[in-house]
Amino acid sequence: MLTLEQIVWDVPDGGHVLRGVDLTIPDGKTVVITGPNGGGKTTIAKIIAGLETPVSGRILLDGQDITGLDVTQRAKLGISYAFQQPVRFKGLTVRDLVELAAGDSLSEDELCQFLSRVGLCAREYIDREVDGTLSGGEIKRIEIATVLARNTKFTLFDEPEAGIDLWSFTNLIEVFRDMRQFNGGSQVIISHQERILAIADEIVVIADGQVKDRGPRAKILPGLLSGNAHCVRCPGREEVL
Amino acid sequence: MNSTTEKLLKMVSDWTGTFTDAFSIRENGQCAGRRSTPNVRIEDKAGLPGLDIHVLPGTRGERLSIPACVTHGDVDDLVYNDFYVGEGADITIIAGCGVHTENGEPARHNGIHRFFLGKGARVRYVEKHVGTGKGSGIRSIDPVTEAELEEGAVLEMDTTQLGGVDRTLRNTKAKLGPGARLYIRERLLTEGDQQARTDFEVELNGDDSGVDLVSRSVAKGNSRQEYRSRIIGNARCTGHSECDAIIADKGVVAAAPELVANHGDAALIHEAAIGKIAGEQLLKLRTLGLTEEEAEAKIVSGFLK
Repeated sequence: MLTLEQIVWDVPDGGHVLRGVDLTIPDGKTVVITGPNGGGKTTIAKIIAGLETPVSGRILLDGQDITGLDVTQRAKLGISYAFQQPVRFKGLTVRDLVELAAGDSLSEDELCQFLSRVGLCAREYIDREVDGTLSGGEIKRIEIATVLARNTKFTLFDEPEAGIDLWSFTNLIEVFRDMRQFNGGSQVIISHQERILAIADEIVVIADGQVKDRGPRAKILPGLLSGNAHCVRCPGREEVL
Repeated sequence: MNSTTEKLLKMVSDWTGTFTDAFSIRENGQCAGRRSTPNVRIEDKAGLPGLDIHVLPGTRGERLSIPACVTHGDVDDLVYNDFYVGEGADITIIAGCGVHTENGEPARHNGIHRFFLGKGARVRYVEKHVGTGKGSGIRSIDPVTEAELEEGAVLEMDTTQLGGVDRTLRNTKAKLGPGARLYIRERLLTEGDQQARTDFEVELNGDDSGVDLVSRSVAKGNSRQEYRSRIIGNARCTGHSECDAIIADKGVVAAAPELVANHGDAALIHEAAIGKIAGEQLLKLRTLGLTEEEAEAKIVSGFLK
């Protein structure tokens, strides 16, 4: 279980982004964080993964205070993070990246297991460099494959649907379902997408740096879809923070 | 052959105690073994130290290994090797060089290689350079490569120097005839107080000739690198050069690419980027469980692969 207690984070020029966020992610659950752009969703993901340090507040993983741990230490404790905008590397191949994620060398068959789940043919991709020659959709799928290869107890996906242009959405949903079924860990997905909201066990609405609403899907989703709440359907727009 | 040569051979060539095809091993300026094959004739050069190598027209799938090793200080080896590759021949040439000194005296190898590729010939030229040993003796490798490509010939040059060489001056010149292609892949790592200078000059003289030159380098410590490339389009041709460098610590890289279009249908492009490792690359690998140092090493080794 992951718990955020009164997390506050400010941008360097002093603006408040997170204003005391309390959040609990139970084991084995899929929690979708949604809300308007600029509301602080990506910042929450970065704070959980250790890419940003909160001004105040605590982060607990299975009761252990991890607030002071760095990115590497948190990764080793079982936190994985799929970037919204995956990083490109000149020289590192898809095989290199997936093997680094898995922590071991992998056979072609094993690589195929991860890549086929994101709709890529291993033979075609394992020797390709993760550089500017890959399309936005390809690199996004490889990003998701690295998280699958890590197979950790806690996984964060930051707008996984963004850039998934050529691959069917159904397959992406299948990835989340499989992970929940076979991995048994917790997933936090930041998304505006209705079909991703539809597989959530719980939905958390973040706006203005605070938790505005949260609860089981059945309770939260109807309100979001009816348009009463916070602009959930803007998948094409860039996250500001 | 001494044991240092054996170690260097393993590092710079595919030496397994022997070579499968034609070879010539140079050790401290002397011949330490040679074998010609019916298609690849290796002969002493008249009047100069070095070899004349003739690859017969139509040769297919053979390898030629010509490693050179300097195994102690106070050696300044200079060699002239000429390669005549006949029409339609297809061959891989492996020309590694290892320089070792431990007695504080300098050790240098200066290999001047000239390639003459006949019509439609294809050559893959692999050059791996290393320096080994302790002490303050300067290890230098100064290769000069000159190539003339006739119509439709293809030369792929793959050169690597990943440490241990204190000074290097790399000088590569090529002239391309119609439809000829030149592919150059250079990988260079300098550290400590090492210095490297690399110079390319390619003349595209024939219609539909083309060059693709990709140099990737890493400068660490107090090392310094200079990169200069000059692509001259004298015909309807395509030229592309790309110089990417990672700098770390107090490493310095100076890049001076030059394109000269002397013909209205010459299409020449240059790309260059110098900078330290991007922070987001380190962060991504750290989210996979690598420490910052492990992430940096992985990014550098991938970049120079």
